[in-house]
Amino acid sequence: MDLILFIVFAMFAVASALGLILQTHPINSALSLIGVMGSLAVLYLLLGAEFIAAAQLVVYAGAIMVLFLFVIMLLNAGEERNPWKAPVVAYIGGPVVIFLIGAFVYLINFTLPPMRSVSFGDFTGGGPREIGMAIFTKYLLPFEVTSVLILIAIVGAMVLARKEID
Amino acid sequence: MEFIIITLVKTGLVAFILLTTLAYLQWVERKVIAHVQARVGPYRVGPHGLLQPLADVVKLMTKEDLIPDHVNKVFYVLAPFLAVFLALLSISVIPFGPAVEIFGIKTNLGLADINIGILLILAVSSLGVYGIALAGWASNNKYSLMGGLRSAAQMVSYELPMALAIAAPLILSNSLNLREIVDTQAGNWYGIPNWNIFTGGQIFGFFLFMIAAFAETNRIPFDLPEAENELVAGFHVEYSSMKFAGFFMAEYANMITVCSVATVLFLGGWHSPIPSQAGSGVFAALVHFAAAGMLFFHAMHAARPFDKITFPVFGVVISGIGAIFLAGAFVWPALGAAINGLFWYGAKTFILLFVFIWIRATLPRFRYDQLMRFAWLFMFPAALLNMLITAFFVALKG
Amino acid sequence: MPQGYLPIFLFLIIAMAFPVIAILTAKLVRPSSPSKLKLEAYECGIEAVGNSRGRYAVRFYIISILFVIFDVETVFLFPWAVRFHQLGWFGVIEIAVFLAILIVGYVWVYKKGALEWV
Repeated sequence: MDLILFIVFAMFAVASALGLILQTHPINSALSLIGVMGSLAVLYLLLGAEFIAAAQLVVYAGAIMVLFLFVIMLLNAGEERNPWKAPVVAYIGGPVVIFLIGAFVYLINFTLPPMRSVSFGDFTGGGPREIGMAIFTKYLLPFEVTSVLILIAIVGAMVLARKEID
Repeated sequence: MEFIIITLVKTGLVAFILLTTLAYLQWVERKVIAHVQARVGPYRVGPHGLLQPLADVVKLMTKEDLIPDHVNKVFYVLAPFLAVFLALLSISVIPFGPAVEIFGIKTNLGLADINIGILLILAVSSLGVYGIALAGWASNNKYSLMGGLRSAAQMVSYELPMALAIAAPLILSNSLNLREIVDTQAGNWYGIPNWNIFTGGQIFGFFLFMIAAFAETNRIPFDLPEAENELVAGFHVEYSSMKFAGFFMAEYANMITVCSVATVLFLGGWHSPIPSQAGSGVFAALVHFAAAGMLFFHAMHAARPFDKITFPVFGVVISGIGAIFLAGAFVWPALGAAINGLFWYGAKTFILLFVFIWIRATLPRFRYDQLMRFAWLFMFPAALLNMLITAFFVALKG
Repeated sequence: MPQGYLPIFLFLIIAMAFPVIAILTAKLVRPSSPSKLKLEAYECGIEAVGNSRGRYAVRFYIISILFVIFDVETVFLFPWAVRFHQLGWFGVIEIAVFLAILIVGYVWVYKKGALEWV
């Protein structure tokens, strides 16, 4: 069951990710990114990280992507040029992509120490209780610092937007 | 294997009941608003318009489905699909009743029983923005885009106070699992039901949640996205036929979800306010018998000839249901536990749905700047304060 | 997969299939006779002027960015709420510090007038 869901959603994630970079209209790309976020949430869930899966949906798919969509709609960003038509992309881009993929495969397979493979159901500490215990006792300082980080984000957002308000 | 079969049966049942309820909720809404305004409402199709939902489905199915020239076709079709699909999905984590054992089958009344139930509902409802925003954008119409943008901004603004209002009962219950949250509200305290709204002191939180729920479902007084007098119909101006119906279905499904969540978080879920199970069964039976009695009484003084037939028929059916409750109370406690749970869950949810409809018939609409001001300057701080005060008192209690 | 998620995926299939089936069946039974006038943008009978995809108020952008920021904050509150009984007073202080810093930001944003919809 886990394997079927994994294959379905992993394929969906990869397809959406490809759609994200291959589509020319920004709204199509944004929707593909939502697809990636959604299927990633299911993959987290399959690995046992329930809370992370939900947070992924709430924060990434439900909040950050709404912001993306808003910006695209507000700026009325139009269709992009199809990059494949440029000769530089067509003749140099393809080989570079293949080389990079090859390099990654080589690095992961041969230079990194061999890793134990992950199997479904191994990890059980992903519920909200366990996460709560970890954040609020063991990782208390990083958690409190997060609030400063969020404060900085607020200030940054307002400074960027102030030009438009005035 | 048995688990999968039970799950399949339950899923089918819930889907069927949900879709029927959606259709009839619309009938109820039209009837209630009609009576508030001293009209009769749907009346022609079937006795008292009871077949009206069916007629509506036939009408919407056979209506011409225009896809205007200037729209973005893919997203134009995708938007109502997303809206319906996401609205239906959240019902799968709502617990409708206790764990029961009937005919040797032990099961929970409700579909999924997961550790992060309430978060999943929040997540799915935050995704609901896309259906509306995309519909507005894809329609390529000034009214639609304005409606879609407004709606998206409104839904995200009210999602924060909603999440904060939800956090307060979670402090009391210490769980994100909806079934566990209901379980912590069992029993009573000197005769007052042990629900979060009473003994948990969440009256304020309950009202904050309901206000946010009205805004999240785009209902009056927060139905700015479809403000008829300025935006015609907002994000669904360009939609017709089943796609148009899709948005309405999504709205009603969202209403059922938020009312269920309010029931679970604040009103004790399926728990009865009457302490003993037999007593609660008798109460449910009495409600049904009273309804049946009213129907028989009206049948005696029927104004229209067909009422002489339809009223007694419905009366007999309803008193039959009442008899089942009586049997559950005295003869077959296992069945009684199941149907009592369903009765109380249904009654509470239905009362909240009625409030939604009642308010639609009563209140005018906010202005957009008032709406956003209200969300950020009243709802958000108030919900935050409510949560902190709850935390303070829970800590004080030890 | 943690326990209990199977029904959600089953219901997901139903919830996806239902609108598809409804729209497809409607396609079989409904008439279709489009005409040029019917397919125009609906603007109360008057011919549409200009493009609908203009630029809109920057307020929408500010609201959504503030939403993202405060949404991250609320997500942190959930694991805190489910552990509250164990944390007790310690938990109250923790979250008070966390929220105090954010409330400073909220007040500052309010003072800047970004929460007013003019």
